[in-house]
Amino acid sequence: MIKQVTVFLENTKGRLAALTRALADANVNMEALTIAETSDYGLVRIICDKPVEAVAALDGAGFRAITTEVIAVVVPNRPGGLADLLEKLDALDLNIEYGYCFSAKAGEAVDVLKVSDPTRAVKAIEDAGFELAK
Amino acid sequence: MKKPQDILTAPHEELEAIQLEGIKKTVIKCYENVPFYHKLYDEAGFDPYAIESLDDLAKAPFTTKQDLRDNYPFKMFAVPQEDVREIHMSSGTTGIATVGGYTEHDLDIWGDCFARGVWYADGGPKDVMHVCYGYGLFTGGLGAHYGGVKAGCTTIPMSAGNTERQIRVLREMGSTILCCTPSYAMYLADTAIAMGLDPKKDFHLRVGIHGAEAFSDNFRAELEKKLGYKVLDVYGLTETMGPGVAIECMEQNGLHLAEDHFYAEIIDPKTGEVLPEGEWGELVLTTIDREATPVVRYRTRDITRIIPGECACGRTHRRIDRLHGRTDDMLIIRGVNVFPSQIEDVMKTFPQVSSWYQIELTRRNHLDVVTLKVEPNPDFDFDEVRAIEQLQRDISDRLKSALSVGLRVRIVEPKSIPRSEGKAVRVIDSRGDDQ
Ligand SMILES: [Zn+2]
Repeated sequence: MIKQVTVFLENTKGRLAALTRALADANVNMEALTIAETSDYGLVRIICDKPVEAVAALDGAGFRAITTEVIAVVVPNRPGGLADLLEKLDALDLNIEYGYCFSAKAGEAVDVLKVSDPTRAVKAIEDAGFELAK
Repeated sequence: MKKPQDILTAPHEELEAIQLEGIKKTVIKCYENVPFYHKLYDEAGFDPYAIESLDDLAKAPFTTKQDLRDNYPFKMFAVPQEDVREIHMSSGTTGIATVGGYTEHDLDIWGDCFARGVWYADGGPKDVMHVCYGYGLFTGGLGAHYGGVKAGCTTIPMSAGNTERQIRVLREMGSTILCCTPSYAMYLADTAIAMGLDPKKDFHLRVGIHGAEAFSDNFRAELEKKLGYKVLDVYGLTETMGPGVAIECMEQNGLHLAEDHFYAEIIDPKTGEVLPEGEWGELVLTTIDREATPVVRYRTRDITRIIPGECACGRTHRRIDRLHGRTDDMLIIRGVNVFPSQIEDVMKTFPQVSSWYQIELTRRNHLDVVTLKVEPNPDFDFDEVRAIEQLQRDISDRLKSALSVGLRVRIVEPKSIPRSEGKAVRVIDSRGDDQ
């Protein structure tokens, strides 16, 4: 399990730039950033090296940020890599709230998942021989 | 020795005798000195010399804000200019301002009325009163100031603005009583916390006397938690004097009217009929001993009620309930009357959102669209879009059943709803420009 930073952001001009600047000023290095968007607001989800410091820095800059425990799985960067993983979870009846992938280094992808029952999911993923990112 | 506080526990019959005597004099004085009242009473066939009981006052016609505007600036004055020591004006947000005049006696009464807030809190010369209502034509600043001086407090005339300096003075001068609008008190608390201070420890406040705008119980609780003091609601209006017409005691269960200076009636705003004690309606005030600008049966447009029974604090002056909005704050949404206080009552049942909110009224295709903007609290887990949408729907559903009208609820970023240094802007009505 790793800590993801989630930021509630209104769809106003310049907010995302201000957010990334605040993180840069706090010397936070981002590995992934995705946005779940609705017509009124967006949820920005960030994987970074210092999530707790990132939330404090964002709080200080006037953002509403929280940390959330998510599962990060290293999957081989080949066709079917993710499908194998998701089928395992599906078989266990685990509900995936959301997920996204990013490439950490060549040949490997990291798959971030928010799952309804993380403890069971972690065990299933490990049992299936996947590596969890730390 | 007789103290000014003695009147607060006088038997109610004694207060009624003072009221009857004062009303008789006021009505005659108005009739004889203010052409507006002379004409009004003659046209209504009301005999100002025939008042024999407090109930007889109900025969007199009302005075409205429009009447005061029509007689701007000095035609409502019942004394010559050389007896007037001070002038105040209500903000003329909807046109011409209304003017209140004060003789030396009127200023003395004003100080006495506001000082009651200090006395209710067992305060006096040992207290330092920090006044950051705006000083000037607005009655908040000087009204609180006169009250502080009258009660013997060391009174600091900070006026509004320059929040960092306010915070420095609050820390360094050991103020024990804070007088300002409730939204500004919250702004001070939030700013101090953002500066890394803990106002509960770094300030020395024990009481806040906050008025000039309505605030919910939830908002009060949040203020009390942040500042570590007790909040007393104060009511008043320039047209009858200013803050101090009624103030809460430490029981926080209604505001004691200054019944030796004001006579209160509650009427049905539609019919003008006087309502029995305990029923909600519009507050109508008559000044009992105001010299410069007396008013008879002034329609305040504030919605409240007289709380039946005696207060646990032992004071005999009757209490009005905390305001349930104003007749002119009342929003008419798709034909339904809605008071902002009803919205607040619903919001405080949701711990996920803060007490800051804003109502936006727009019109699309000739239909009213109401959007309620609310800010999430730090402990609300918004990681999933679903959670936000569920919360918006839950608030909306509960509002719908409480108000019988549908509102769109939108969670917005924290601190995105403006905190004014004066009055909070709760409602933005742009229904004029149909989209
Ligand atoms: Zn009381």
